[in-house]
Amino acid sequence: MTDGTIARQELPDPRYEYGGDDWVFVELAEAMSFDANFKAQAITQQIRRTDLEGLVEVAPSNASYLIQFDPGVLHPDELIEELRSLEDEIDVSEYQWEARVFDIPVLYDDPWTRETLMEFRERHQDPESTDLEYSARINGFDSVEAFIDHHAGAPHLVTMIGFVPGLPFCFQMVPREEQIEVPKYEQPRTATPSRAIGFGGAFTAIYPVPGAGGYQLYGRTPVEVLDVDQELSAFEESMVLPNPGDILNFRRIDREEYDAIREEVEAGTYQYTLERVDFEPQQFFEDPRGYNERLMEVLY
Amino acid sequence: MRVLDGGLVTTVQDTGRHGHYHIGMPPSGAMDQFAHRVANWLVGNDETDATLEMTYMGADIEFQADAVFAVTGADMQPALEDEPVPTWTAVRAEAGDTLSFEFATEGARTYLAVGGGIDIEPVMGSRSTYTLIGIGGHEGRSLEAGDELPIGEPSTHAEAMVGATIEEADRPDYARAEIDVVMGLCDYRLTDDGRERFLDADWKVSDEADRVGYRFEGPDITDMFEAREQPFGAGSDVTNVVDLGYPVGSIQMAGQPIVLMRDAVTGGGYTTVGTVVSPDRGALSQCRTHSTVTFNAVPVEDALDSRHERDATLERIRDALAERHA
Repeated sequence: MTDGTIARQELPDPRYEYGGDDWVFVELAEAMSFDANFKAQAITQQIRRTDLEGLVEVAPSNASYLIQFDPGVLHPDELIEELRSLEDEIDVSEYQWEARVFDIPVLYDDPWTRETLMEFRERHQDPESTDLEYSARINGFDSVEAFIDHHAGAPHLVTMIGFVPGLPFCFQMVPREEQIEVPKYEQPRTATPSRAIGFGGAFTAIYPVPGAGGYQLYGRTPVEVLDVDQELSAFEESMVLPNPGDILNFRRIDREEYDAIREEVEAGTYQYTLERVDFEPQQFFEDPRGYNERLMEVLY
Repeated sequence: MRVLDGGLVTTVQDTGRHGHYHIGMPPSGAMDQFAHRVANWLVGNDETDATLEMTYMGADIEFQADAVFAVTGADMQPALEDEPVPTWTAVRAEAGDTLSFEFATEGARTYLAVGGGIDIEPVMGSRSTYTLIGIGGHEGRSLEAGDELPIGEPSTHAEAMVGATIEEADRPDYARAEIDVVMGLCDYRLTDDGRERFLDADWKVSDEADRVGYRFEGPDITDMFEAREQPFGAGSDVTNVVDLGYPVGSIQMAGQPIVLMRDAVTGGGYTTVGTVVSPDRGALSQCRTHSTVTFNAVPVEDALDSRHERDATLERIRDALAERHA
């Protein structure tokens, strides 16, 4: 099936929508693709660089973006005109950015998320399985082990930060036919452990704080993605770790390593493994496997 | 200022923490910005100064220094040393006086402004409390008995404001039941009949109605949706979309409609079908649990008009109050 490249997606015309009197929502595509996400990133970076008065919030999301503005200064139709003309100028394959590549250690099938997911079985599509068993089965894997190997086997691109502060939505950097897809819980849970690794639709999420959630639960990382007091050195500039466009590599660890890292994180001494790279979409599209291998060589 | 009793949920709020949506940070800030701003102006503050937002059942507060204060928003029958004090009016308190509140008789949220404002170190440009991650306000949480709040230096004309009051006609009507909405965002997911039923229905404010969101009870929403083969990445439920950003005020269809308020999640994978217009977000935040509202679809031009009208009213009130010390 796969020739080892990522097929470029032809995007439909964007849908510009009014969010009341003070927001504009732009849907670049109904389906997720790298093209849609890169376009959302490129346009939101461009609009930030303009001197358009009245912008309040500029937030890229997976295949869309959102802008809040002051309608006392800027009419929504004027904003939409500006967005249309920016969009005409953008060529995703020429768009590049500096990305940080992070090592994110994960204890898959950990005791804490397992306890939580067992507690909420009645809200699940398949109360008889665990979330990992269910996800492995519906995605055609022979075993949970093979499924975990796949999830940890190629890096994930951060395509959106949102829901709560610091929560990254991550899209695995593999061709469409190799991507995992799972439904969200039938009814969202009222509890999720902090630092849980969840999966819903085509996205991995890391829950920064305990709270509600609807994603399937696969494991827990000992490292933080949100540090409100900015005590860990990686949070010097922001209380939030990843940015859209960063790359996370989920690395399977055992309980012993989990506890050792957790101790360092709690002591405030943990040093994240991370490197800066210039991310080049065109090279990634042409040879994702080779590109990912080079990213991992930089990281480890 | 010392807190003797925190009431039900009392937090420090201001005009909000803007510009951080892209890291998942909602704006927070006073839910009823009209009442918050007017309370500040009544005591000679800037609109960006911090006030206390009290929900349903107000707090008991002891002034530790002489102060000028004003209470706006829902009527919680404030009393100073057990003497009733007028709302929407600047009042003088002396050091040692206790200000107490009862249950709200109309509306849900009351604002207390003090000359000089609540002087807490801002976090990311705002003093607003965002309890989910525990930032802003007093230790990032609701107030409890024993908390002490520092008050800033009152402006030179705070004293001149004592007795200033807002005309009855300029006070909002908190009994309203119709909320204006600009339909859109992802409302293409609704059938024509579904959209009509959504707009025709009486929606009851459920018990789950707070600073994060207002959840409504009413007719089943799942059969209002168009059936489709779900796009890649969305998840299998008809109400799922590829996770996207949620505007504050947007209506997300997650089992039931939920209007997202100022502490809301900033994005997710439920279909949003419209957005409550900005002036009506404050009105909605004054709707009480078990009250009923209807959503009234308006074109964006009408939404802009009603915002400009609201802004003009606020400006007129601010200018009239400023004349007192001109």
